[in-house]
Amino acid sequence: MLGALIIVFREVIEAGLIVGIVMAATRGVIGRGRWITIGIAGGVLGASIVAVFAGAISDAFQGAGQELFNAGVLGIAVIMLMWHNAWMARHGREIADEMGRVGTAVSEGAKPLTALAIVVGLAVLREGSEVVLFLYGIMASGTSGSALLVGGVLGIAAGAAFTALTYLGLLAIPNRNIFSVTSWLIALLAAGMAAQAIQFLNNAGLVVALDRTLWDTSWLLSEKSIFGRLLHTLVGYIDRPTEMQLIVYVATLLAMFLLMRIARPTPRMRIPAAAE
Amino acid sequence: MRRALAAFGIVAVVATGAASARADDYVVTIKDHRFTPAEIKVPANQRVTITVVNEDATAEEFDSSALKVEKVVAGKSKGVVRIGPLKPGRYPFIGEYHEATAKGVVIAE
Repeated sequence: MLGALIIVFREVIEAGLIVGIVMAATRGVIGRGRWITIGIAGGVLGASIVAVFAGAISDAFQGAGQELFNAGVLGIAVIMLMWHNAWMARHGREIADEMGRVGTAVSEGAKPLTALAIVVGLAVLREGSEVVLFLYGIMASGTSGSALLVGGVLGIAAGAAFTALTYLGLLAIPNRNIFSVTSWLIALLAAGMAAQAIQFLNNAGLVVALDRTLWDTSWLLSEKSIFGRLLHTLVGYIDRPTEMQLIVYVATLLAMFLLMRIARPTPRMRIPAAAE
Repeated sequence: MRRALAAFGIVAVVATGAASARADDYVVTIKDHRFTPAEIKVPANQRVTITVVNEDATAEEFDSSALKVEKVVAGKSKGVVRIGPLKPGRYPFIGEYHEATAKGVVIAE
């Protein structure tokens, strides 16, 4: 039972971290609860569908379907996070100023919420499909299944509790700093996802250039340990990065900051239709 | 930029299509949540394709941070894992869903 709990928990915390950060990043935005719920529900539904078609996805594209699918999911999430950060660079100040009151800037939040709902959905989809496959395997194997299943369900509950902890921890940050902190977190999150995506493209045989391993810090912190996994999701920690992964990581960070710079409003000259 | 990337993608697809014709050199089978063979010897410094055949009814995740691979293989099916180029050495992998029994190692030499 404990084994199942741990396996499920470590899949769930990766998505849980992302959900926690997204919740903190949308603090004060009207309707965010609904959007995040839609994201999670969509992700769970998608995860079940992906689990059912796991074999077909895997067989597609000469056996590289799963890798391409994962790279695609991560790629879309990176774009959505960039979109959100650009939008926040423009409107974050207003929202922070008006937090607690009801203002027009706040209700404008509908746009980046779709972006973040998609990010939440994709995170749940990716990790969730593995949980579904694992739990399905337990149920299918019958015999000692029920104790393991309880472990799995407890693992999901523990993961949800971890999400709440992440969120509450981030809530402790004062209002005026919260958006700069969450923008940083989201930038690092996106860079890590991009570095993961490029490795999936490598596994698919699509991008094989610059595939030498740069260093190995697995002796210090294994990517598969719980703390390693947390850092992996949070800042994209990879214990054996390739040259290409490092380049993509840095390039994503640079692109993110450039975009936020461009989006930042110049004083006294605000363009109303901003987030197109 | 995007067009250049797309063009690069197409070239890469064509290139791998040609490469995979002579691949499929290695096969590892999962049965009763164990890998056979548990040791796979591959040549160092070149890309290698391993076909993971899952004979169990349940899914398994072929997982190795040393090989930089995470691949879910559904029950009663198979999956292709592309690895390398590897420096000479030992690269452990596990079946993440049954870590206690599903263990193996790729040896590059």
